[in-house]
Amino acid sequence: MNLSGNFQPRIKIQSRNLNLWYGDHQALKQIDIDIHQNKITALIGPSGCGKSTFLRCINRMNDLIDHTCVEGQMVIDGKNIYDADVDEVAVRKRVGMVFQHPNPFPKSIYENLIYAPLKHRQVKKGNDCDELVETSLKKAGLWNEVKDKLHTPGTSLSGGQQQRLCIARAIAVKPDVILMDEPTSALDPISTKKIEALMMELKESYTLVVVTHNMQQARRTADFTAYFHLGELVEFNTTEQLFTQPQETLTSDYISGRFG
Amino acid sequence: MSANPFFDPSLPKRHRSARRFKRFTAASIIMTLAFLFFFLFDMVRTAAPAVWQAYVKVDVTYNEQTLRFTRKAVDKKYSKIVSRAWLRTLPKQVDTEPALMNTTVALWVLADDQVDQYMKGHHHKLKPKEVTTVENMKENGDIELRFNAVFFSQGDSKIPENAGIQAALIGSVLTLIVTMMIAFPIGVMTAVYLEEFAKDNRLTRFIEVNINNLAAVPSILFGLLGLSVFINLFSMPRSSPLVGGMTLALMTLPIIIVSARAALRSVPVSIRQAGYGLGLTKLQIVQDHVLPLALPGILTGSIIGLAQAMGETAPLIIIGMIAFIPDSPESIIEAATVLPAQIYTWAGMPERAYVEKTAAGIIVILLILVALNATAIYLRKKYELKW
Ligand SMILES: Nc1ncnc2c1ncn2[C@@H]1O[C@H](COP(=O)(O)OP(=O)(O)OP(=O)(O)O)[C@@H](O)[C@H]1O
Ligand SMILES: [Mg+2]
Repeated sequence: MNLSGNFQPRIKIQSRNLNLWYGDHQALKQIDIDIHQNKITALIGPSGCGKSTFLRCINRMNDLIDHTCVEGQMVIDGKNIYDADVDEVAVRKRVGMVFQHPNPFPKSIYENLIYAPLKHRQVKKGNDCDELVETSLKKAGLWNEVKDKLHTPGTSLSGGQQQRLCIARAIAVKPDVILMDEPTSALDPISTKKIEALMMELKESYTLVVVTHNMQQARRTADFTAYFHLGELVEFNTTEQLFTQPQETLTSDYISGRFG
Repeated sequence: MSANPFFDPSLPKRHRSARRFKRFTAASIIMTLAFLFFFLFDMVRTAAPAVWQAYVKVDVTYNEQTLRFTRKAVDKKYSKIVSRAWLRTLPKQVDTEPALMNTTVALWVLADDQVDQYMKGHHHKLKPKEVTTVENMKENGDIELRFNAVFFSQGDSKIPENAGIQAALIGSVLTLIVTMMIAFPIGVMTAVYLEEFAKDNRLTRFIEVNINNLAAVPSILFGLLGLSVFINLFSMPRSSPLVGGMTLALMTLPIIIVSARAALRSVPVSIRQAGYGLGLTKLQIVQDHVLPLALPGILTGSIIGLAQAMGETAPLIIIGMIAFIPDSPESIIEAATVLPAQIYTWAGMPERAYVEKTAAGIIVILLILVALNATAIYLRKKYELKW
């Protein structure tokens, strides 16, 4: 199949016949999905169904786990990232990631933000860095809260602030795609609201893929939603369609069970 | 009174046995502390006299004859009172200060060890005549106990009043420097490889098991290895801090590896994930984020390994560092001895004066160990991070 031939400009990421094994255990089965550019795509499904695994396939974080084997294609901007001539480190620079638990480096807020851009030679020490810190923090909606304490440890912020710092840090390396694995599940409702608002803003500039257990969150924020079950993609549709008219009984059981 | 709804007939008995258990545990602590205090008290008591050393004031004559037969430099009645070791330095004194030639000067000089022991009220072998002489000098104020600088400025000697710990101290420092220069980088690199880079397969597990076994190998075997490999095969100088340090490095390596791995493992995975998520390479993550966080733990482990190496004697016997070596080494390839070896040598000497030196040597080694461990604790506390 020649994918670059029928590549559509508004589709950012396509997975084709994607299978993944952890040792003998097959965690993903024949996943085909199209992720739209500048949209939020939510991945939902019961625990252990492979949402995080699929998310990690998009920036090849699974390569770090021993005894994993990936088959099939994950095409980003027309290039299969599992091709032999693709360096996974370069992929991760373009596809940033935010984790369930905020994980700032135990360094100052400032250093948290500039470390990776410096290493990627995107900025030079000095004014460049100051600018980058300011724009990243502003995009992450954290600037006003921390502008007077840029040199205090990132770990001294509140949980919600730390998570926004992690988002700012991901933005600072100028990725195209941002992956988020349950970004608000460790946060209080107010911090969650802030992150959700932030996600809506971020989709103007980035493509977001978000794993969530919170059905309302998916409904509130996502443009598309994918429902996973036991390693299979059961249903993928616009959020509106999936929640109001689920095509599969598995999907309707899951979403009604949650609300029921 | 109404019935107590919380009454449980078995409880008093259970509480009693809990209290008994608590008393047992407390008793064992007290016993441990008692042993420790007894040991320390006895050591300090024995070592205390070594702080002082007897000095006498005598007329010393410098001329052709006395330089040849140094005993003649002092009055005959003082010949057993003044230290032989000091008299032997007469020619050297004239060499550095030629004006002394053909003069007679009243000097405070080091006393013989028997006089020293007599002054400290210990057992001595002075003849009655010499005792009288000493008593006379005492009345005239020509004899006194002074701070024992010799102990810190001299190497070992067969003349007890001239024996000091300096050579062993320098030998120990040189040996430990060699040990650390080898064991620290190799140990940390090994740990980084095993923790961060190695895939979990049969080979790595085999290496792991063997490193753990290495930590349990009796230390004397490392001495044999040092002898056969470093001295016999590579012809490195025997008794030298170089060989000693390399031998002790073999012994310290597993300790450093094991503690460094534990320290690396205690760095949260989330930090590594954060790095990977930003497109950093493994080297960048390990070098700038993981190692700095693990460093206090690595240092603590290394210092403890160092302390252990410092107290080690058995492997050094085999490579010839336990011997009578009076001179301080000036480089790592000269013959040297180390602190525990010095203590061991003194403990075997017949003269009474060596008893207090042995104890003093033990105190010195204990002080260094305490200092090392305190450094380890300080580092751990200082860099401890709260997550
Ligand atoms: N590192 C791993 N090694 C082996 N098996 C794994 C690993 N990570 C996940 N799995 C397995 O793969 C399957 C999918 O896991 P995954 O973490 O993707 O689920 P998830 O949908 O994210 O679940 P949750 O909602 O609980 O986070 C599970 O059966 C899990 O046991
Ligand atoms: Mg998950």
